[in-house]
Amino acid sequence: MSAHEDTHAHEDHGHHHKETFVTKYIFSQDHKMIARQYLITGTIMGVIGVFMSMMFRIQLAWPEKPNVLFEAFLGKWAPNGVMDADIYLALVTIHGTIMVFFVLTAGLSGTFSNLLIPLQIGARDMASGFLNMVSYWLFFLSSVIMVISLFVQAGPAAAGWTVYPPLSALPMAQGGSGMGMTLWLVSMAIFIASSLLGSLNYIVTVINLRTKGMSMTRLPLTIWAFFVTAIIGVISFPVLLSAALLLIMDRSFGTSFFLSDIFIQGEVLHYQGGSPVLFEHLFWFLGHPEVYIVLLPALGITSEVIATNSRKPIFGYRAMVASILAIAFLSTIVWGHHMFVSGMNPFLGSVFTFTTLLIAIPSAVKAFNYITTLWKGNLQMNPAMLFSIGLVSTFITGGLTGIILGDSALDINVHDTYFVVAHFHLVMGISALYGMFAGIYHWFPRMFGRMLNKNLGYIHFWVTAICAYGVFFPMHFIGMAGLPRRYYTNSNFPLFDDLANVNVIITLFALVGGVFQLVFLWNFFSSMFYGKKAEQNPWRSNTLEWTAPVEHIHGNWPGEIPHVYRWSYDYSKPGHDEDFVPQNIPLKEGEEELQH
Amino acid sequence: MTALLTILVLVFILVAIWQMVKIFDLAQAKVENSQIATDNDNRINGYLMISFLAFIYIITIVSFVKWGDLPLLSNSASEHGPQIDNLMIISLTIIFIVQTVTQFLLHYFAFKYKGEKGRKALFFADNNKLETIWTIIPVIVLAGLIIYGLSTWINIMGVDESDDPLVVELYAQQFNWKARYAGEDNTLGKANVRLIDFDRANILGLDEADPNAQDDVITTELHLPVGKPVLFKMRSQDVLHSAYMPHFRAQMNCVPGMITQFGFTPTVTTAEMRLTPEMTDKVVNINNIRVEKSKELIANGEPALDRYEFDYLLLCNKICGKSHYNMQMKIIVETQEEYNAWMKEQKVFKNSLIN
Repeated sequence: MSAHEDTHAHEDHGHHHKETFVTKYIFSQDHKMIARQYLITGTIMGVIGVFMSMMFRIQLAWPEKPNVLFEAFLGKWAPNGVMDADIYLALVTIHGTIMVFFVLTAGLSGTFSNLLIPLQIGARDMASGFLNMVSYWLFFLSSVIMVISLFVQAGPAAAGWTVYPPLSALPMAQGGSGMGMTLWLVSMAIFIASSLLGSLNYIVTVINLRTKGMSMTRLPLTIWAFFVTAIIGVISFPVLLSAALLLIMDRSFGTSFFLSDIFIQGEVLHYQGGSPVLFEHLFWFLGHPEVYIVLLPALGITSEVIATNSRKPIFGYRAMVASILAIAFLSTIVWGHHMFVSGMNPFLGSVFTFTTLLIAIPSAVKAFNYITTLWKGNLQMNPAMLFSIGLVSTFITGGLTGIILGDSALDINVHDTYFVVAHFHLVMGISALYGMFAGIYHWFPRMFGRMLNKNLGYIHFWVTAICAYGVFFPMHFIGMAGLPRRYYTNSNFPLFDDLANVNVIITLFALVGGVFQLVFLWNFFSSMFYGKKAEQNPWRSNTLEWTAPVEHIHGNWPGEIPHVYRWSYDYSKPGHDEDFVPQNIPLKEGEEELQH
Repeated sequence: MTALLTILVLVFILVAIWQMVKIFDLAQAKVENSQIATDNDNRINGYLMISFLAFIYIITIVSFVKWGDLPLLSNSASEHGPQIDNLMIISLTIIFIVQTVTQFLLHYFAFKYKGEKGRKALFFADNNKLETIWTIIPVIVLAGLIIYGLSTWINIMGVDESDDPLVVELYAQQFNWKARYAGEDNTLGKANVRLIDFDRANILGLDEADPNAQDDVITTELHLPVGKPVLFKMRSQDVLHSAYMPHFRAQMNCVPGMITQFGFTPTVTTAEMRLTPEMTDKVVNINNIRVEKSKELIANGEPALDRYEFDYLLLCNKICGKSHYNMQMKIIVETQEEYNAWMKEQKVFKNSLIN
């Protein structure tokens, strides 16, 4: 009941104030505008991140060869156009940081949680519009700081995105561990604050502001995914914040949390008693759940897109929710599988192997349920659908190799090789990116009131799909051959000379794949202004967001918020003429709701 | 200049694509231009889905045929190596089967059930029996893998002191490796980086007063007698490193402030390994590649590459700074006699100090 009063208060609010340019487009408290802000900031960061990967892929394929791109973009870090080894590590580091946090956490969750939570549960806005606004602007600030860190004198952070000390703690160990790392840590601390504000808002909104009839078991799987993601974020991000703060203490105030017995550049440092392994524990306590913070929203989006475009209910709704919860729970007790050879007690390794391999069970259930949803469907091959099918494909391919990496005995020999790079890029990088693209293609009409061009969407998908496999599939094999990751060049090891041609193939796929993202960017920005005007419910979908008017209004619905009478997956339900029955349509006389 | 041309070409390709799309759009304009998939789109993309399945299968086959028989997957040079390799092959087989079947179902369904106007999908929301089946099957398979994996892991990581292993310290620093042998007493002397004294050539910070340290031997190459268990004690003086010995299926991080360990028994000498057919093939192949590369280098007035001869290697496999990519040490596995002869030539710690 209190939720109801709250929404009325909101409505009055909308009537009283005229919005200015600043309150509407910049310091907006409207969740739809904030979603768009997140999306565009995330896209810009994504362009930077992808471009960096293309540069270091060029270096890996043609090591130590001059390149005009390096000369143009790296400046003093590319004397005579040859990439410097320090900047190579910096590129790898910042690519990882940007893609994992700024694109696939903030860009993905920030965009779609903000857009869809109020619209799909039938709320006027987020529980706190103000906190939501603060969350976005903190994210923006952290993005700006991260970008600024690219331009400092001694170079940006270059200790890998995991920033393990002592490398990240000692400026004499690496140029990037000076001002670059300071800015990295500050940026991440602000980012975490932003993420926490966002997550708390999502949780509170889902719990309190659901419209009449929207029970938890009628929630679309998108909302379940965003909800659980927010919970994992709230549990694990603070631990990373503590790790970052302790690292700042070690760096700047002489404490020894992570450092001990160090002799570097001819002198003994005063640190004593700390342990880098402690940092690894703290880092991965976030780091592993982070994988699911990235992946679950993508899976949620996929559930919605696949069901809508198959014109079929998602298969096994209860099992899907249960597997989201199981994955979320397990994700917080598996972090040690990143540390099998860290010097941690081997017995702990056994425990983490056990919990890690268990994750394969809910993941398998999800994959099988997606496939069954397609079975005997009436598949509408919209670009969003293609990306969702693509996601299931890369999720399977990438996920399966997790069985090898999660197995401590096997990890001994593939740990930190390209096998790992191939695995996590497919299962979380590409899959989550596909989820994000699926979401953009599907909800673009809802976000901008216009349609994306589908033919450009098809080109975008098919080239990306081929290139993603072309890049990451062969990468497993150079990993199994023992090639370590984060090597600036492999030419100092004749042992790996026979892998050089694989690296060239990978790079060619990466370059083509990267360049074709321009097709998407073109489509995105031109459709925003010149795309075909969207109709009310273009995909003939059941969820509530499509009942709101195309023109964005503050408070989402002009009149009363629609009530909900059924779950969101009544597609092709027998006894109805149309092949979809929106959630706000009351049950017919004698019609039974599925028991969940 | 070439780069500029490449960029120009790319731009033109993009423009061409845009034009093609425009034409396609215009051609469709009369029918419908809603940007929602039509039956025609469904059909085309359905066929593309099945082609994509073929692409996945092809890239899998090509990868396995061209790069799947890497020596690193089959001829390990340590006693526990075959255990890891067996487990790896079993895991890969399971993965291969699951991957082949599920990708087939996914893409085949996407092709088979491509949308048509007027058809209605099957309302099929739940089936407990099916879901139980595909929960139980992964449970059984994973239970097997977990049990097998853990027994292998415990077997590898457990150090049996009764074997009287040869104790060797691996000492990591930016950006090279040192090995320290425990000497006659097979006990490493105490050490701490605070005791490093370059003036006295005490480069690893050994405790000069410790009697166990006197006969320690510090080397820059790692020699191991074949068939003798070795217990490595890892130490790092500055940042994290990782001692990765891929041929022996061995890896452990080197952590400043603590000592980590890993033990194995080398089973194949360097000389024997060089003579195995897989390795000779690999070396010939690599040398052919190097000859080709050398031609290019000579044309540019640079020196040619050396001929490659196989050696076991210790690589750094944890990002450690600028020259991480070149932090390596040669490992030589040899007979006990050869090892003893080599060891005799080395200076013991107390004689290597400068007074």
